[in-house]
Amino acid sequence: MKLNLKIWRQKDAKSKGEIVDYPIKGIEGDMSFLEMLDVLNEELINKGEEPVQFDHDCREGICGACSLQINGEPHGPDRLVTTCQLHMRKFNDGDTIVIEPFRATAFPVINDLIVDRTSFDRIQQAGGYISVNTSGNTVDANAIPINKHDADEAMDAATCIGCGACVAACKNASAMLFTSAKVSQFALLPQGQVEAVDRVQNMVRQMDLEGFGNCTNTGACEVECPKGISLENIARMNREYLSATTKG
Amino acid sequence: MGILDSKVPKGPLAAKWTQHKNDINLVNPANKRNIDIIVVGTGLAGGSAAATLAELGYNVKTFCYQDSPRRAHSIAAQGGINAAKNYQGDGDSAYRLFYDTIKGGDYRSREANVYRLAEESANIIDQCVAQGVPFAREYGGMLDNRSFGGVLVSRTFYAKGQTGQQLLLGAYSAMNRQINRGKIQSFNRHEMMDMVLVDGKARGIIARDLVTGKIERHSAHAVVLATGGYGNVFFLSTNAMGSNVMAAWRAHRRGAFFANPCFTQIHPTCIPVSGDHQSKLTLMSESLRNDGRIWVPKRMDDAIAIREGKLKPIQLKEEDRDYYLERRYPAFGNLVPRDVASRAAKERCDAGFGVNKTGEAVYLDFASAIQRYGEEEALTHGIKNADDKEITRLGKKVIEAKYGNLFQMYEKIVDENPYETPMMIYPAVHYTMGGLWVDYNLQTTIEGCYCAGEANFSDHGANRLGASALMQGLADGYFVLPYTIGDYLSKDIRTGAIPTDLPEFDAAETAVQDRLDKLMAGSGQHSVDFYHKKLGKIMWDKCGMARNAKDLQDAIDEISALRADFWANVKIPGKADGMNQELEKAGRVADFLELGELFAKDALTRNESCGGHFREEYQTPEGEALRDDENFKFVSAWEYKGEPKDAVLHKEELKYENIELKTRSYK
Repeated sequence: MKLNLKIWRQKDAKSKGEIVDYPIKGIEGDMSFLEMLDVLNEELINKGEEPVQFDHDCREGICGACSLQINGEPHGPDRLVTTCQLHMRKFNDGDTIVIEPFRATAFPVINDLIVDRTSFDRIQQAGGYISVNTSGNTVDANAIPINKHDADEAMDAATCIGCGACVAACKNASAMLFTSAKVSQFALLPQGQVEAVDRVQNMVRQMDLEGFGNCTNTGACEVECPKGISLENIARMNREYLSATTKG
Repeated sequence: MGILDSKVPKGPLAAKWTQHKNDINLVNPANKRNIDIIVVGTGLAGGSAAATLAELGYNVKTFCYQDSPRRAHSIAAQGGINAAKNYQGDGDSAYRLFYDTIKGGDYRSREANVYRLAEESANIIDQCVAQGVPFAREYGGMLDNRSFGGVLVSRTFYAKGQTGQQLLLGAYSAMNRQINRGKIQSFNRHEMMDMVLVDGKARGIIARDLVTGKIERHSAHAVVLATGGYGNVFFLSTNAMGSNVMAAWRAHRRGAFFANPCFTQIHPTCIPVSGDHQSKLTLMSESLRNDGRIWVPKRMDDAIAIREGKLKPIQLKEEDRDYYLERRYPAFGNLVPRDVASRAAKERCDAGFGVNKTGEAVYLDFASAIQRYGEEEALTHGIKNADDKEITRLGKKVIEAKYGNLFQMYEKIVDENPYETPMMIYPAVHYTMGGLWVDYNLQTTIEGCYCAGEANFSDHGANRLGASALMQGLADGYFVLPYTIGDYLSKDIRTGAIPTDLPEFDAAETAVQDRLDKLMAGSGQHSVDFYHKKLGKIMWDKCGMARNAKDLQDAIDEISALRADFWANVKIPGKADGMNQELEKAGRVADFLELGELFAKDALTRNESCGGHFREEYQTPEGEALRDDENFKFVSAWEYKGEPKDAVLHKEELKYENIELKTRSYK
């Protein structure tokens, strides 16, 4: 198939970026979206031009490195997939595809389609952990029985890959879905109770400091999340936060 | 013992590790604050080591090429982690886990290391649960287990099909706690370009900031490499695109011996290659073999009809199917170890029974599992006289709960629904058992340079069992290295900070800069990928699932020629003083072009078949691997001497004092 690509090019964080047109042909339906970009880059290199730079690593939808706003949607038109698992069979011959980096104040562009998502790391560093030393002197794993339903729900929240699609999808560039997924994982488990009050307060404080917006319950994040992280997590985090404020 | 001293402690097997921990030197907390450690790689081994070392009080600097430690490729491990907990009461013990691992590795690993691994395995699960890792549970609230290949017990703990992700996020959260305390400085989007030795000891690294292109010097009292495996030497593998051998190879060039490079794991259940555009391969977890049955058509005409699209697999009657693993290995069936399953798939496809367009695929079928689970569900829910449709519906629900994310991934990639039609799978490069040689303390042949996780060679012999990589990474990082490195560092309490303006740092930085300049100066004929794909094809065709002396010699010659061509004609656009992904790839491929040749040389030297290393000249009449314990019961440790062809072989004889060497049988 033939496609008309419109790709955001930006030399570095300080330079001004622009959309550049790249017509491309010979694309097959079995290619992933990133393999399509590989084809383009090989062409550009052979022509002596600089290839389009983008983040990617595992190419199986789990590392969270790949991003891309494709025709205005994070990770493109398919649901419950990352860009690396989006296949070209979802597009038609002759389509125009606009490819941009994720846009948010807290995700500044580094180069072309690559953004800086270390703000997510800093939110986790503020409290996304249980303070247990890794010395190997903990209690036996089965000494902490956990209701299967809670364990499953904690697992669902924990499957967040930290890609940032929720932020890119949100008109307020809010990181509530990301932050609440971690808060929820621990809120649902007995191990997380000891530090619950500090955790939610510290993580929310850091989230605000990074310049993410607030949640206005549009639900766009849940729709675009490649891992199907539920909006319920945001409600749970709000509950945790309120309860922490009254206790704290 | 000469140059290769494994430093295995004396005493009975089960007491060695405890005794060793009692004997080694400790560093007091005040002194730890004056000691710096560099950890390169932030996967399960590196992340867990960094977190624990920082907890102990050392000053840790971590380095990873990804934008966050959370993205290291350990995250992609799917099926589970082994631990000798015996929660199922099915006769498991540390000894059995030890025995299975040695046997699974085809008797080419070190007894004492493997026993320690089995001993520490139970701790890992306790630790991870305490950290909030959401392992799968039964209705009573206790932890659930599943089975993996090569064993007769259920000892695998799991978190759906995302066990690696959950364990890595656990290690990452432990790291985050230390970053928040200022005990870990995390350098992301950084790549180690060289190791710096001062007076023969590892004292720092030269790193490149991948955003600015700046070359940086970092010093420390010890350097830990936890940089994963080198499967990407094959170009196509289940590794991440960025996974590379650079850090380990740079250390090798500085004096660290490289052990058993030819021991590679080709995983039997991956999604087959679909075309020339393919950039990587995707694994379908081994856990699927708990419930999936592997088969090809019994008759050639059926296989041909299927390949031509005239026949569908579900139309084939039970008696026309060849469940070849169940037929050849009745005791273990579909759960034979990976090397055995992969070779059996290749054997059937080479004989013409492959089931996709390229003829390189076999079926992994869930129909009978869906039926079995459906019947069970109907019974437990009190549904009497359930019809077939109802049973299938109930069965599919169980399969979805167990493997939902894997089935979804398969459907997205292949565009077929695996609930309705069998999956197609084929072996692919997945893991490398070889790596930097380390002694019992995980120290390489460079003093002060340690190596953990997949990057070292120590525990899996010639074939790794499923769900053991996560176990090894975390055991090394949480429970082994933090002790053993202290013994070494106890001698450094008066050293003080290592300055970075030493002549050794000057020289290493100049060498790194020269290498980058040389790469950028290529004549501009072909892209980096052009060379990487060529290398991958040589490796797969001649050093893959079956090898022979002639092919291996050809591979050595071809790789050597390809390397010369690469350095003269590679084309890298842009500049070195900024973000340049092509330059990053070029540096990694340059090292693969050296490693690949050593790999072939190692395979050519090892005149036997064992585990994943199958030499066509050495097989039983039934086509099983034929080991030669008399002549090859050793670890090959290669010393760098310039070109790979000049590498010098050192042998570490393997002693089996607790296990009797036997021909591996899964029949």
